[in-house]
Amino acid sequence: MSGRTVVAIVAALGLVALGGCGEKPQASSFKQGKYQGKPDTPPWDNAPLAYTSNSVNKWTKGDQKSWTDEIKTRNKFQNEYVRIGD
Amino acid sequence: MARMKFLCDAERCIECNGCVTACKNENEVPWGVNRRRVVTVNDGVVGAEKSISVACMHCSDAPCMAVCPVDCFYKTADGVVLHDKDLCIGCGYCFYACPFGAPQFPQAGAFGLRGKMDKCTFCAGGPEPDRSEAEFKKYGRNRLSEGKLPACAEMCATKALLGGDGDTIADIYRQRVTVRGKGAEVWGWGTAYGPPKGGQAATGSKS
Repeated sequence: MSGRTVVAIVAALGLVALGGCGEKPQASSFKQGKYQGKPDTPPWDNAPLAYTSNSVNKWTKGDQKSWTDEIKTRNKFQNEYVRIGD
Repeated sequence: MARMKFLCDAERCIECNGCVTACKNENEVPWGVNRRRVVTVNDGVVGAEKSISVACMHCSDAPCMAVCPVDCFYKTADGVVLHDKDLCIGCGYCFYACPFGAPQFPQAGAFGLRGKMDKCTFCAGGPEPDRSEAEFKKYGRNRLSEGKLPACAEMCATKALLGGDGDTIADIYRQRVTVRGKGAEVWGWGTAYGPPKGGQAATGSKS
């Protein structure tokens, strides 16, 4: 076996060994589900009930911001420091 | 935009199960299914017992959505994770993926069949006409469309369970723990809430 062959074999073995150093990503990437069901209407696309927590400024049907404000107003009723004071 | 979240204060929860009962009653949840339940750790150990009310947490990056083979989950514009029962095949993948055990399956059949998945809807109904009979029968009451918040949170007597816009309930909780007063004895307290007011040491005794 000539010297060149030995060098080639050693170089090939080295390359194979180096291959072990490579790393593939282990974690699978998250894939957001693509919804296939029926469409749903957002809550602000409904008329407010006769009584709401913010009866002075009821939300306007179809207006997301006014509905969000209504929900946030009602949300604050969960804070007893506001309801009864510090 | 509101991002709907639940937050349970373990210092306040007294394990009364009022939230569980409120949910059952409001949504007429089928037999064998509990959309919400109260979990207690260190049960019976004086001073160490803590309870927390758990249901679907409406994850921002929901694993149930990722694993569903029929893609029946969707997330509403206000961050509520819902699903279409007409598509659900009851395979149970979402049950294994969920870290909270939120997906539930009715097992009322004679042969132990697993029905369509049922879970907390944040009282937001599902993909049926809002406030309709069909929506109520499949998913329960749609309180959000009525400008109301989930029945469990609104029913909670000690206000341990907060539900609603994430920023708003975080503000409520932050004010609460600041008034309660803690400090370095709780890991991360200072990082989250800053130093005690006026440079005084915290007066809270529980940790």
